[in-house]
Amino acid sequence: MASWGEASQSRLIGKRIARLSGKEKVTGEAKYTYDINRPGMLYGRILRSEVPHANVTAIDLTDAEEMPGVQAVIPLIEVGRKIRYQGQEIAAVAAETDDIAKDALRAIYVELEELPFVATEADAMAEGAPQVRDWEGNRSNPSKGGQGDIEAGFAEAAVTVEATYHTPVQTHVCLETHGHVVEWTDEQNLTVWASTQAVFGVRNDLARRLELPANQVRVITEHMGGGFGSKFSPGVEGLAAARLSRMTERPVKLMLTRKAEHLVAGNRPSMTQHVKAGATRDGRLIAYDMRGYGTGGTGGGAGFTGPYVYHVPNIRTERTNIAVNAGSQRAMRAPGHPQGAFAMDSLMDELAEQLGMNPLEFRRLNDESEVRQAQYTLGAQEIGWHKRKSVAGSGTGIKKRGMGVGSGQWGGGGGANTQARVNINADGTVEAITGTQDIGTGIRTAIAIIVAEEFGLTTEDIIVKIGDSAPGLPSGGSGGSQTTASVAPVIKTAAAKAKQKLFEHVAPLLQAPVDDLRIGTGTIYVASDRTKTVTWLHATGLLGQETISEGGEWDRELRQGGVAGTQFAEVEVDTQTGHVKILKIVAVQDCGLAINRLTTESQINGGVIMGIGQTLLEERIMDPMTGRMLNANLEDYKVPGTYEIPEIKSIVFDTHRKVTGVGEPPCIPTLGAIANAVYNAIGVRIRELPITPDKVLNALAEKA
Amino acid sequence: MSDKDKKQDTNISRRSFIKGVGTGTVAATVAPAAILVGDEKTAEAQTDQAISKAEIQLNINDTLYEIEVEARTTLLTVLRDGIDTGGKNVDLTGAKLICDRGECGGCTVLVDGKAVYACMMLAMDAQDKQITTVEGIANGDDLHPIQEAFIKHDAMMCGFCTPGFIVSSVALLNENRKPTLAEIKEGLSGNTCRCGTYTFIFDAVETAAEKM
Repeated sequence: MASWGEASQSRLIGKRIARLSGKEKVTGEAKYTYDINRPGMLYGRILRSEVPHANVTAIDLTDAEEMPGVQAVIPLIEVGRKIRYQGQEIAAVAAETDDIAKDALRAIYVELEELPFVATEADAMAEGAPQVRDWEGNRSNPSKGGQGDIEAGFAEAAVTVEATYHTPVQTHVCLETHGHVVEWTDEQNLTVWASTQAVFGVRNDLARRLELPANQVRVITEHMGGGFGSKFSPGVEGLAAARLSRMTERPVKLMLTRKAEHLVAGNRPSMTQHVKAGATRDGRLIAYDMRGYGTGGTGGGAGFTGPYVYHVPNIRTERTNIAVNAGSQRAMRAPGHPQGAFAMDSLMDELAEQLGMNPLEFRRLNDESEVRQAQYTLGAQEIGWHKRKSVAGSGTGIKKRGMGVGSGQWGGGGGANTQARVNINADGTVEAITGTQDIGTGIRTAIAIIVAEEFGLTTEDIIVKIGDSAPGLPSGGSGGSQTTASVAPVIKTAAAKAKQKLFEHVAPLLQAPVDDLRIGTGTIYVASDRTKTVTWLHATGLLGQETISEGGEWDRELRQGGVAGTQFAEVEVDTQTGHVKILKIVAVQDCGLAINRLTTESQINGGVIMGIGQTLLEERIMDPMTGRMLNANLEDYKVPGTYEIPEIKSIVFDTHRKVTGVGEPPCIPTLGAIANAVYNAIGVRIRELPITPDKVLNALAEKA
Repeated sequence: MSDKDKKQDTNISRRSFIKGVGTGTVAATVAPAAILVGDEKTAEAQTDQAISKAEIQLNINDTLYEIEVEARTTLLTVLRDGIDTGGKNVDLTGAKLICDRGECGGCTVLVDGKAVYACMMLAMDAQDKQITTVEGIANGDDLHPIQEAFIKHDAMMCGFCTPGFIVSSVALLNENRKPTLAEIKEGLSGNTCRCGTYTFIFDAVETAAEKM
C-alpha cells in the first residue's frame, strides 16, 4: 500500500522548507500577470455603470474611437439591455497607454434610463420593493431542511436562547486585481497570461467562448496575487481583452481597477440568522430552529452553515436568497462556513451561560469529533483558559479582557483531477511538470519537496514547471483546499515510478537486484552492501540519450479529507473608545501530513488574519439612496494591517500521515472565538459583525 | 509623525487633487431620467487640447533613464509602464499597482533613502532624486539581510505585497537598527498584505535587524 513513510525516515517532508519562489518574490523578479509587458502591448480598460439599475438607451463610441492613441473600442452591452448593478460593463477600450485608455472611457457617450433599485436586504424585502429578478418579493424559494422532531426537542429543553446573528457582505480584496494579458500568435492561437486560480479552467472557458479548440489557447500563471475563490473564470474582462487583442492584432493588458475589484469580482454573501435553540439541564443541545437569509447580489448562492460542528438531534432550518442590485457573490475562502460558525459559536456560548456552564465544557459535551476534543485541551492550555473570568464583564478598569473559543471543520481531500510528469534527464536534472497553479499556498515548493525526498536531492535541484497549460498536463482549480491533496499523490507516484526506472539502469552497474537498491543523499546504494554506491550524477549519466519520463496516479491512500479546527482568542476591549484589541489567538488546526510545515503555518496565520478582518473590520457598505458601494477602495474598506495583528500561535495538529488541504479551514473558528471573547470581556453580546467601536459603545450604553 | 508620513504628505497634495476630480463626478452622474456616463465635452477637451509632455531624467537604481512624461504621470507609471527615449521598457515591475491611491504600500520605493508611495508621487517631482526600487535592494546576487530573512521566515504567500514590505522594511531598518515589535508594526503600518503573512514579516524584520 502506498504511503508517505515514517516521519522519522523523512528528510524533507514535514520539515520547515523555504519556498522555492522566495528569491524571485523578495527581489521583485517574480512576474505576475499585472507585470507582463509585451512588445507593442496596448492597455485595456472597461467603462462601467455607476448606476445600479437602468435601461441602456444609447451608446456612442465614435468620440472615443477617434481619440489619438485609441486603437479599439467595443461595446460590452447592447442598447435595450438592462444594467442590474453598479459596475456592470458597458464598453471596453484598448489604447497606447493606460492614461489614454482612461481618457477614452470618458469620451464614450452612454444614455441610461434609470430604474428603481434595491441596495440592501432590508430594502429588497420591504413591501412593494422594486423587483430585482424573477423572484417574488426578491426572495428565492426557501430551501428547507431538518431532522428529528423540533417540537419534542424544545419540550425536552431546560433552557432556550432566541437570537439574530448577522454578517455583512465581505469582498475578496485580491491584491492583484483580476485581469489578463492576451496575445494572439496568429489568427487561431492565443497566449493568455491570467491572474487565475484555475489555469485549465480559464483555458477551457476562453476556448469555448472564442470557439477555438482548447489546445489553441495557452494560459500562463507563473505567479498570481491572491484569489481566495474569486479567480476561477476569465470573466467579462478576459473575453474583452481577447476581443480587443484580436481586433488590434496587438497584445492587450486589461486588469481591473481597485474599485471594479470590489464591485464585480465577487464577494462573500451576507447572512442573517434568526435562531431558537434549546439545551437540556445536563448540557446537551436538543433543538435548533433557524430561519435565515443572505444576499449574493442579483443571483443566488448565499448559503451558510447552521447548525455547525456540534451535534443536535432535532433540527428545522429554512434558508432564502435575497436579490439586491449589487455585484454577484463568488466562492470565498470556506464559502458559508465562517459566517455560520460565528452564529453557532455565539449561540453555544449563550446557551452555556443560560445553563451556568463553562462554554468549553458545553462544547465538549456536544462535539463528537475526537480530534477537536484533543484540540480543546491543547488550545485551552496554550491560551490559559483557566484564567478566563467565569462571569462576563466582571473585570475592573477601563480596559477589560476576555477569552473565547470557536470551532470549524472542512474537507480538503482532493480529487482525481491532475496529471503530472516527473522527468529525470541524463545530466542529472529533474523536472516535475503539472498544470496546477500556486496561489500563494506553496504548492510549487510542496511538489519539489516530494520529488526531492524521493530522489535524495534538495528542493533547489528540482525544476518545478507549473502554471502553464502548454505541456498539456491538466490539474484542477485551486479551490476547496483541494490542491495539495489532488496534486501530491500524483507527483509522489510519478516520482516513485521514475525512481524505479532509474534503478533499472543502475542495477547492472552495482551488480544488485533492483529491489535491493535505495536512495541515499545524492546517491543510490545497495541495501545489503552499503559499500556499493553511485552518485546521482553518475547514475543519471547511464541514461545516455534517454530521458526517464513518468506519469503518476491519484492514489487515494495518500490523501484524506476532513479536518477539524479550534481557535481560542484573548481580547482587550477599551470601554471608553469601544476599540477591540486582540491580544492572542491560538489556532489548533488539524491538517493531516503537512508536506511543508513552514508554509502550512503561513496558511494558518493567514486564515486567522482573514478571520480577524471579517470579525472586526470588513463590510461592504451600500448606500440605499444611490445603490452604490460607498467603500470600494482600500481606505474605507478595511482589511487587517500591522496594528490589528495579535500574537498568533498556529499549531499544526498532525493527526495522520495522509495529505489534506488546509487553505480554507483556519479562517473559520476565528470569528466565534473573538466574538465570544468580546462578550466575556464586557458582558454584552454583539451579534452583528464587524464588531466596530460604535457597536461596542452602543451595546455598553444599552446595558448601562 | 514619522519621516515616511511627512514625505507622503508633501506628495499627496497634487496627486490626490487630480484623483479627487475623478471621484467628484460620482454625484453628477445620478441625474433623474437620463444619465450621461461619458461626456462629449470632456472628449473634445482631451483631443483638442494638446497634452503637454516633457522629457525628464530619472535616476533609478543608479541608472539614468530619459523619459517623456505628462504632468499627470506618476513615478509608479514610469517604473512599470515607462519606455525610455531609446524605446526600451523601464520594466521595473517589482513595485505593484494595488490600490492606486496611497493606501496599501504595494508600490513603496526609496526616494533619497526614504520610503515613498510611487503611486502618489508625480514623475516630475522625482527628478534630481535617488530612486531605489525593490530591484535595487540586493547587491547583485547578494541578497540584502531583510530579503534573506523574508525567505527564511516565509514572510510571503502570494508575494504580491512583498516588494513593498521589503522596501518599507529597509527604510525602517535604515532609521532604526533595533526596532521593537511595536516599532516594526508602526514602520510597516503603511503596507497591506491580504494573505495574512504579517506575523512572519515581523519575525523576518527582527531577524534581519539582528544580522545588520
